Amino acid sequence: MLDLNQRVVLDRAGFAALLQALADDGHALVGPTVGDGAIVLDAIAGIDDLPRGVGDDQAPGHYRLRDRGDAALFGYAVSPHAWKRELLPPRVPLVQIRRSATGLAIEAAPAPTRKVAFIGVRGCELAAIAIQDRVLATGAHPDADYAARRAQSFILAVHCGSPAGTCFCVSMETGPRARGAFDLAATELLDGEHRFVIEIGSDAGRAILARVASRTATTDDVTAATAVTDHAATQMGRAMPTAGLRDLLMANLEHPRWQHVADRCLGCANCTMSCPTCFCTSVEDTTDLSGDVATRTRRWDSCFTADFAYVHGGSARPSLRARYRQWMTHKLATWHDQFDSSGCVGCGRCITWCPVGIDLTEEVAAIRAAPAPRSHADG
Amino acid sequence: MSRPTLAVWKFASCDGCQLSLLDCEDELLAVCGAIELASFAEATSHVAPGPYDLSLVEGSITTPHDALRIKEIRAQSKTLVTIGACATSGGLQALRNTRDHAAMLASVYARPDYLETLATSTAIADHVPVDFELRGCPIDKHQLLEVVSAFLHGRKPNVQRHSTCLECKMRGTVCVMVAKGQPCLGPVTHAGCNALCPTYARGCFGCFGPSDAARPVPMADRLIALGTARPVVERLFETFNVAAPAFREGAARARGDAPPKDHE
Repeated sequence: MLDLNQRVVLDRAGFAALLQALADDGHALVGPTVGDGAIVLDAIAGIDDLPRGVGDDQAPGHYRLRDRGDAALFGYAVSPHAWKRELLPPRVPLVQIRRSATGLAIEAAPAPTRKVAFIGVRGCELAAIAIQDRVLATGAHPDADYAARRAQSFILAVHCGSPAGTCFCVSMETGPRARGAFDLAATELLDGEHRFVIEIGSDAGRAILARVASRTATTDDVTAATAVTDHAATQMGRAMPTAGLRDLLMANLEHPRWQHVADRCLGCANCTMSCPTCFCTSVEDTTDLSGDVATRTRRWDSCFTADFAYVHGGSARPSLRARYRQWMTHKLATWHDQFDSSGCVGCGRCITWCPVGIDLTEEVAAIRAAPAPRSHADG
Repeated sequence: MSRPTLAVWKFASCDGCQLSLLDCEDELLAVCGAIELASFAEATSHVAPGPYDLSLVEGSITTPHDALRIKEIRAQSKTLVTIGACATSGGLQALRNTRDHAAMLASVYARPDYLETLATSTAIADHVPVDFELRGCPIDKHQLLEVVSAFLHGRKPNVQRHSTCLECKMRGTVCVMVAKGQPCLGPVTHAGCNALCPTYARGCFGCFGPSDAARPVPMADRLIALGTARPVVERLFETFNVAAPAFREGAARARGDAPPKDHE
């Protein structure tokens, strides 16, 4: 019987067998694979669908794949896709109402019943899932759909060894080592034998791992694994000092930098769509032509669309300056008040996938460099 | 109770948008069951007299005669919905708005004096009040059905005005601008096509015109910074929705001109 604190080693064949064991256990495998010129998160059949020897270059508004010249299966940073695609899908049917001669029949959408194994979840992404758990699955009104999907997910984390130019998980204390609610966590080792050092995070993880041939990790294996994330921590493309960040932003709500960023911003909402913690949705009601069937659907929405803050009489945030400020102050400041943590995990997606390369670490630095006089603090 | 009447009207256009109605193959019987086709030249030459409950208007205003005809149609229509880029922004033919109209006529027609045309191609909303504008070149048939359904049941159409980027992200399409450096108008373009072109690895052409909060100036600046030649950026803005104010602004930025005067 494997011990929860025990670390074991899988070779490449063993890692393939682990994925197969998850599939045999009834999980749909979703993980990184190459598609559309990027490493996307999609259905995978097994180890052969993982990117092999593929790395990524990420910079503000820029993403390219590159050949690493090795056999690494996880030699890249985060995908354009976040795991919220699985847990908080872009569209979720909520309820259908049918009208007939006998009255109205109200039918809630069926609860999701799909077991999904998330392959290759990074530390920043695990932190993002923990944030969405807090926002969506706890409190007085947990979201049943999210909670059901989350309860049926198996998380195989992979500690990050290849941060990108837009990464700053060290600043946000979310990586590169994955912490928290994983079932299994792997460190990929490329020096010497291609192998994976596996940590066990849950009974479910232990049960799956027990089905696969492995050996106990040696001190050298564990030291090498630690060295991977220790080195990754020195490779952050960006940094965002968080000391006093909440108060800094809230004291600078009229800072000229907000207009500066609004002048460059396209208002396209890519930052919020890419962000692994942004959770805003809208609810749509539609009818068919006969009017006998009405359907209510929840879909992703964004604080960057003009209609999102539309209330009776107009928009609460009519300017792009107001919308960008709302997003960034919520993410980095008022999130603390609301959910007791930052809403940012330092994954860098909002920087990479902004078509004009707006960089929130740079915006924060600009405000920090020239904060408003204290007299405006409570304005 | 009699069914509401639907009339389809054509102005300067290619008929592609109104054909979207016939394109609703699976839903066509349901449409015809829910409404009475009072006028639809693509389906029947019979034209029932007005007034009409719902008019769908395709095409732009390009002649003095059409400028009068649209007023009669408006007077006969309880609800008037414009469909497509021609009707909502003047269409591709609005390229003439900034060019020498007389010279263009003379280069095409042997006897331009036989023609009675306006120097501009303009949107229907520039001439009469419009209840709803459905964008696209051509429009999306699912959105057309949604607008007709919404009209029949007295509700607001679920038609989003935000950027096409949300549709790419919801589909999971990887950004062609960021990952491939392709020029793409998605960030400033009105949603509705479900991000058709980027999903097939092409940048957005802007068929649906500007989104509700389009920022053409930083868009043009970024395309130029990515290495797209200025005339290419200008042409990108000057296609199906060339006369839409935000796209005019983008084209002017690409040329290095001051913003168009009649736009704030």
